[in-house]
Amino acid sequence: MVTGRNSNREIFIQGFRNGIPIGFGYFAVAFSLGIAARDYGFSALQGFFASMITYASAGQYMGFALYATNTTLIELMVLMFIINARYILMGFALNQRMPEGTPLSTRLLVGTCITDEIFGITIARPGVPTPYYTFGALIAAVPMWALGTALGISMGNILPLRIVSALSVALFGMFIAVIIPPARKDKAVLAAVIVSFALSYASVHLPVISDMSQGNRTILLTIVISAVFAALFPRQTEDPEGGAADAD
Amino acid sequence: MQINAYVYILVMAFATWLMRVAASLIMKKPVKNRFFQSFLYYVPYVTLAVMTFPAIVEATQSPLAGAAALIVCIAAAWFGQGLFTVAVLGCVTVLILEFFL
Repeated sequence: MVTGRNSNREIFIQGFRNGIPIGFGYFAVAFSLGIAARDYGFSALQGFFASMITYASAGQYMGFALYATNTTLIELMVLMFIINARYILMGFALNQRMPEGTPLSTRLLVGTCITDEIFGITIARPGVPTPYYTFGALIAAVPMWALGTALGISMGNILPLRIVSALSVALFGMFIAVIIPPARKDKAVLAAVIVSFALSYASVHLPVISDMSQGNRTILLTIVISAVFAALFPRQTEDPEGGAADAD
Repeated sequence: MQINAYVYILVMAFATWLMRVAASLIMKKPVKNRFFQSFLYYVPYVTLAVMTFPAIVEATQSPLAGAAALIVCIAAAWFGQGLFTVAVLGCVTVLILEFFL
């Protein structure tokens, strides 16, 4: 995968292919999002449109729920900033891999594609993040997300619960596929993953933290755990492109 | 008065997009600071790990099926299976187990 120079078209196809399983997972999650959206008064078309341009699970859940409470647009924006703040961290991690002189347009296009899952596969891919890869994945995955939302709204209970339950694991399976191989190679990453599992579990049950929204808990834990590991197990200063040999 | 749904959706999408590109607008080159570099190195793994557990156990109808899927996925990824295979194995595990549970 890292040998030679892949043409942009090949990279796009590679992204598209990796986006397909993400799309399946999205479909299942979006289906349950659609069921919620219907309760908050959205039509299938509105749900489709919202999912095509927003493609953010927790954010959309909250946005849909707020709509029913007559919130103002300012409040909506602020709450969207907070619940999606982890995308800022992901953006930093991706931009860190891009050399100086990378055009702003490239940076913006890569950033535009950030979802938890597309970020995951992009960071797992050696070399400099490229919009060809991220857009390939986005174009494969997001229509499934939008379709799932629309179907959830229009025909809530057509998929058996058992199928929805099984499909909902797909996204987590992909997260695991992203974090485990590096954890096997680097003991510090392995430790970070174990600590993350443990603290994430604890945070659901601890007072104060458990009152925070899931998105905010994710940010807080990410910052704290990553900072502690960065202090205890710093990386040797290396070429920041992630160590891949074939930077474009 | 209720805001037009499409205006509302556009604002929701725009606010989300701003978070996605915030770092792209600020960063011009990789950060040299060793602590920050190390911090960013750990961020993806920590975020994804935090989001995975215990959520995977809560996503399925039977928590036991979710826990089994977690173990199957970790084992499959540990032994070198790719993204798609790991995801499918997780789904199949839940499908089979919830048939019995």
